[in-house]
Amino acid sequence: MALSKLQYNSINVTPTAGEGIRFNSGANGFETASAGGNLVKLSASTASSSATISFTSGIDSTYKEYLFLFNSIHPATDSANVQFQGSTDGGSNYNTTITSTYFQAQANASETALEYDGGQDLAQSTNFQTILGKEVGNGNDESASGMLRLFDPSNTTFVKHFLATGNCQDTEAMSRQGFTGGYFNTTSAINAVQFKMSSGNMDAGTITMYGVK
Amino acid sequence: MALTKFEYNSFDVTPVASNGFAFNSTPNGLTTASAGAMTLIKTQTASDVASVEFKHGTSDVVLDGTYDTYLFKFIGMHPETDATDMTVNFSVDTGSNYNVSKMTTFFRTQHYENGTSGVVAYIAGNDLTEGTGEQYLNQDGSMGADNDQCLAGKMYLFNPSSTTFVKHFMSDTIEVNAGDRCREAFVAGYGNTTSAIDAVRFKCSSGNINGTIKLYGVTK
Repeated sequence: MALSKLQYNSINVTPTAGEGIRFNSGANGFETASAGGNLVKLSASTASSSATISFTSGIDSTYKEYLFLFNSIHPATDSANVQFQGSTDGGSNYNTTITSTYFQAQANASETALEYDGGQDLAQSTNFQTILGKEVGNGNDESASGMLRLFDPSNTTFVKHFLATGNCQDTEAMSRQGFTGGYFNTTSAINAVQFKMSSGNMDAGTITMYGVK
Repeated sequence: MALTKFEYNSFDVTPVASNGFAFNSTPNGLTTASAGAMTLIKTQTASDVASVEFKHGTSDVVLDGTYDTYLFKFIGMHPETDATDMTVNFSVDTGSNYNVSKMTTFFRTQHYENGTSGVVAYIAGNDLTEGTGEQYLNQDGSMGADNDQCLAGKMYLFNPSSTTFVKHFMSDTIEVNAGDRCREAFVAGYGNTTSAIDAVRFKCSSGNINGTIKLYGVTK
């Protein structure tokens, strides 16, 4: 007998919105389970001589954590920083107050260092925040890659924390890993995020946003 | 009548390649659902072996432009030799040679089990300046081989198939040191090549290695 339709309640599990179905641990029945894993791709943007890259939708209460992955971000201008800011009005303004820390490990043929860089942190500032290591080179093969995690952006009680780490190559043949941590000091929901270079355009690279269940 | 097989089109949803299905938002029916953005590509369980290699196209390993970001997870990495270390190297010829030039940084924290020597420090001898040799993922000569000692951690590899840019990587490992210290090591850098990296090898500087390494691809 051909099946033309399976009734939702013909599988002996309690339906749960958004959940999938899998065999249970005894492999003798079904149970609900997370549908498709805990990392969900939401959107992606590829830079091409872009002044800014903004994510103005998809940042809401659906997820408690959002992950942005950066691959081969290439600046038009030498020694520019990858930076970001958050918006509480859907992207009309990117000027949320940030307090943050920044430290880095760096090395080239002539020096090594593990240091706090007070020039990249923010203290109750509405400026854009440096991430992924400062001073990315614009040589043909130079770039920055890394990640940014934004926690509970829709919360209207607490500040909104973020953590970022990334590695970049600068024009002095230096490898630099930057660690940024901080918070948007607002109880308004962050509902949009914008990325840009501190100077000039973002010539190439991809930024992909994921929701973490 | 027992059902032993479902036809793919017997579910009242529009089939979408590689998607699963889940209950809808009501929930009173079924809908398609994304398969998730992190895909387990390969698990290798090492047992007293010289190295663990992930070569694109071998044993179901995918390490090409299918994904922009790859994640390796290290679980219960246990050396056969005491006071050794775990290393990584990259190949641009599918594993014939592991000798990609690398520019890296290395720093670590440590804290003894007796409560002393909590510190963070850059370890210049563990980074590479355009070196083609192995990159330490934990401090050299540090990894303990007592029965209960092991290392765990992760390493991201970005855009390995790019033929334009260098290939960045970042790792974070935690270990029980041979001298009964907790050590967390942070390694980052780039393979300084515009050739595609298509194989990755993990090993110990001396002796064989045990443990599980998982490779994931993150949907781009």
